[in-house]
Amino acid sequence: MTMVQSSPRVERTLLARGSELLAVIPWHAYLLVLPAVSLIAVLFGGGLILALLQSIGLLGLATDGSFSLEAYRLAFSSRAFWQSLGLSLYLAFTTTALSTVLSIGLALLLQGAGRWASFACQLTLPIPHLVGIAGILLFLSPSGLLARLLFTLGWISSDQDFPLLVNDAGNLGVMIHFLWKEIPFMTLILLAVLRGIRPEYGMQARALGASRWQCFWYVTLPLLRPGVMSASLIVFGFIFGSFEVPFLLGPTAPKTLPVLVYQAFTDVDLNQRSVAIALGLILSCIAMILIALYLWLGSGKPFRSSTFRRQR
Amino acid sequence: MTRKVTLLLIVVVLFLPFLPLLIWSFAKGWYFPELIPNQWTLANWRAIFAFSTKVGQGFLQSLVIASLATSLALVLSLPAGRALGLMEFPGKGAIKLFLLLPIIVSPLATLMGIQFVLIRLGLSGTLLGVVLVHLLPTIPYMTLVLSSVYANFDTGYEAQARTLGASPIQVLWQVTLPLIAPGVVVGALFAFLISWNEFLLTFFVGSGRVFTLPMVLFTSLQGGNTGLTAAIAITSILPALIFLLFSSQALSDDAAIGGLGDV
Repeated sequence: MTMVQSSPRVERTLLARGSELLAVIPWHAYLLVLPAVSLIAVLFGGGLILALLQSIGLLGLATDGSFSLEAYRLAFSSRAFWQSLGLSLYLAFTTTALSTVLSIGLALLLQGAGRWASFACQLTLPIPHLVGIAGILLFLSPSGLLARLLFTLGWISSDQDFPLLVNDAGNLGVMIHFLWKEIPFMTLILLAVLRGIRPEYGMQARALGASRWQCFWYVTLPLLRPGVMSASLIVFGFIFGSFEVPFLLGPTAPKTLPVLVYQAFTDVDLNQRSVAIALGLILSCIAMILIALYLWLGSGKPFRSSTFRRQR
Repeated sequence: MTRKVTLLLIVVVLFLPFLPLLIWSFAKGWYFPELIPNQWTLANWRAIFAFSTKVGQGFLQSLVIASLATSLALVLSLPAGRALGLMEFPGKGAIKLFLLLPIIVSPLATLMGIQFVLIRLGLSGTLLGVVLVHLLPTIPYMTLVLSSVYANFDTGYEAQARTLGASPIQVLWQVTLPLIAPGVVVGALFAFLISWNEFLLTFFVGSGRVFTLPMVLFTSLQGGNTGLTAAIAITSILPALIFLLFSSQALSDDAAIGGLGDV
């Protein structure tokens, strides 16, 4: 008797637990993010899949529809690819590192300067990269405004004396442009994060005898870390994939990876198109691997939201 | 004191590249050693306004594309921003990261991939196709800004309105939207600017038929009249100036921009 009675009871409790679980899962939240997520999935994810199909010869204008890894073989065997990859990585790493360090310093310096600091940092934020490029070309080129100023001051006797700062082999012009554009952007974010940090922590550390440096290193910097991580991530990703800046301000050779992709894509030879797509995918893969590595190294638990919340 | 000097120095350095642009746009034959042009002219600016074929059309196309992309991104990001800002659910961090992918991973491969479909659909080289791909960078930024706006929003107001008998629609229109409006304005301005300034996406999908202002500037930069290029460059920062004007007021609390630091 008892056996017969207990089995539907167990079933009922299981059912109840299951529906409880279903009720606990916040379907509402998933429903709300669905439109944005699915659009990005279709456009971005779908684009990547289509690119993959074209790069392995299963889809495209100049293909017979058979599987082939020829595009990847061509890409990996060209010297230009390795040079471009090295250059792109070098530019993205050095410029991001420089902007991060300078932005942290600047944000700390401007911390007490009020809203005007934030406003000053917004000056270059809304400016198109192309306008920045045009301005820097006209300011730093051998016949630019700076060279004219130095000539008027008598420091140089002709435009030949002025160092090459744009379209130069060392990519100085590219770096100057990115620093000009990204340092204010990072500082702006860090200033906002700094304002969300309660000053009591620092005061407490100081009261307990920490030096200014210790206070910065053990209190402010750890609290600032989520902001630094996300800002430098955005900047790195942007510089690594930027096309118009190295195209217009960089030297003609070696090219950065995005410029190489563009040139292969617009080549008259249609077979180059699958190589271009393969190169583009390699670029995306490297970016994603680096980002994953960075998040994993930086926080230990990359897929959770930041550890501190703004408290007021 | 040091702060004020630093601040001034930053503003000056940030402004430096604009200086030659401003001078060039009014200069007539500004040759090398001259620090200041000998002759001034309004010809470049007259050309901009009379240039109904290129610059004017570019301005108009940029305006239409950016407005459409902003409105679409706003509609899609408002719900997502609410969920990410106010609710806790499994996989939230992963979803946030996924939404960010289009701005941290180069869109080049994606662009070349969808180009194939856009050509089949007849969308390549059309305004609609360009608007569609402009959603790639605008949605992530808009969602980030809005999630941060919602994170500072007190749902108690909504509960209060509901208990007083307001319908969900009334709550949305009369309580929620007015309360988050300042943040929404910042997000919309941000998205508008991103679309307005976008070059690469338009370059690939526009197939040389959609000529937004950045495209006009790019062509002019690659070998043209320096004075005219400078005038086009200055014209294309007009929305940015409006943004700065607004942001000095709308960013009185930095909840919106701070969202970018909370990925």
